[in-house]
Amino acid sequence: MADKRTTADEVAAEIRDGMTVGIGGWGSRRKPMALVRAILRTPVKDLTIVSYGGPDVGLLCAAGKVSRVVFGFVTLDSIPFDPWFGRARETGAIKVTEYDEGMFGTALSAAAQRLPFLPTRAGLGSEVMRANPDLRTVRSPYADGEELVAVPAQHLDVALVHLNRADARGNAQYLGPDPYFDELFCLAAAKRFVSVEKVVETAELTAGGPVQSLLLNRANVDGVVAAPRGAHFTTAVPDYGRDERFQRHYAACAKDPDAWPGFVDRFLSGGDEQYLSEVDKFEAEAA
Amino acid sequence: MSATRAEIAVVAVAELFRGDGEIVASPMGLIPQLGAKLARLTFEPDLLMSNGEAYLMTTDGVVEGWQPFRKMLDTIVPHGRRHVVMGANQIDRYGNQNISAIGDHSRPAKQLLGVRGAPGNTINHRTSYWVPRHSTRVFVDTVDVVSGVGYDNAAKAGPSAEKYHDVHRVVTNLGVFDFATPDHAMRAVSLHPGVTPGEVTAATTFEVDMSAVGTSREPDEDELRLIREVLDPKSLRDKEVPA
Repeated sequence: MADKRTTADEVAAEIRDGMTVGIGGWGSRRKPMALVRAILRTPVKDLTIVSYGGPDVGLLCAAGKVSRVVFGFVTLDSIPFDPWFGRARETGAIKVTEYDEGMFGTALSAAAQRLPFLPTRAGLGSEVMRANPDLRTVRSPYADGEELVAVPAQHLDVALVHLNRADARGNAQYLGPDPYFDELFCLAAAKRFVSVEKVVETAELTAGGPVQSLLLNRANVDGVVAAPRGAHFTTAVPDYGRDERFQRHYAACAKDPDAWPGFVDRFLSGGDEQYLSEVDKFEAEAA
Repeated sequence: MSATRAEIAVVAVAELFRGDGEIVASPMGLIPQLGAKLARLTFEPDLLMSNGEAYLMTTDGVVEGWQPFRKMLDTIVPHGRRHVVMGANQIDRYGNQNISAIGDHSRPAKQLLGVRGAPGNTINHRTSYWVPRHSTRVFVDTVDVVSGVGYDNAAKAGPSAEKYHDVHRVVTNLGVFDFATPDHAMRAVSLHPGVTPGEVTAATTFEVDMSAVGTSREPDEDELRLIREVLDPKSLRDKEVPA
């Protein structure tokens, strides 16, 4: 039986220039931040990032890794806008495919079901149709004759998600109130990597939560990364909530071109051990 | 004990939900949340409301259901038993709304949230808007990015777009507005006590039909008590709408 345990750096090494990378979570909630930081440490570029965007998108934009973002929003939740995504848009550094939130999930569902498209009403009459001139509508063959948006399947080369628990074979569990869309990201992707707070024995998964919390089965996971605090500074409840103080620090540095290099030096230039130890020092200084 | 402007606005938002029955009320922002909760505590007791995350909560703070984001987008929104009150960076005379970006979409002068759920909301179920500072910057001739779909764009997009499209009302710090004119242009329903038509005209880029305008109602004593003692004892509402 396969032991799929791997490391964040090994996952990042699987990502090649120009790939389409789906990132799970939602806004500033349960983002695979340790995997994102591992990408920052590689020379990879020209990525298409598919995300219900948060600081994952911001950090990748800051590092110049992104050529396109497929999104319905980019937000830090408690802070409305991500400064780096804003800058990338306003300087024309990236291209975008902007979808309605529901269309975004529809695009992943189509890929998960191996369908070329799925129909939806969302998007009709909005900028989404004008800003994405390749989008087409489809007419119902039934008596209603309705004309709906044909949302094309959003295939992913790689999916990166962060959950609370997994076993070494890739059965993975969320313990918070919301699964977000992490299962769909994995089903839409060729290679699927999940980081977790803790790798446990299989029997511990169902001991730790209802069977419905087992979001991913091992057939949909290629690699498991043990990454305690691996969603920091986003939430991974019930293991921890959002680090609001650190997120404010990130946003303040991201807004200020003079402050940003210092943030990169301190938090993003070493490995994850350095990141977490600097975060601890930052918290101790602020306390 | 006369009501403040913020309290008038809370009641005006509550009135948006009158007659909605057993649907999901999704108010975005403080004043909309106070309004929806006030409606549920008074004349619309069957409204469903979330805690802003994955739980549906009763008025007593008891979890009564599960509504994660995927369920919201896969079924709650398309199924249509929902009334959202969204904010707006821009609104035009036909009810098009923008929360995405200012300027040209391909390279905006200012990136905002993105369209979020606005296209799906407006095309699937009743939608209202809340604007805390009624100004010519918000009420513009043409929105830069159509996030929420207005009446002209729904008509252009065809019967499937119009089928469930229902931009109900806009509540601002000055008054209440709807689109119930022959060409679905915005008109004034009521101005808050003390607001003149001239103030609204000066704060709106396009012409607003004032032919049938009334005065927004005052909260009754029970509503004032609920707002002041139960829903917002710290008067956070006054920060959004100064007295």
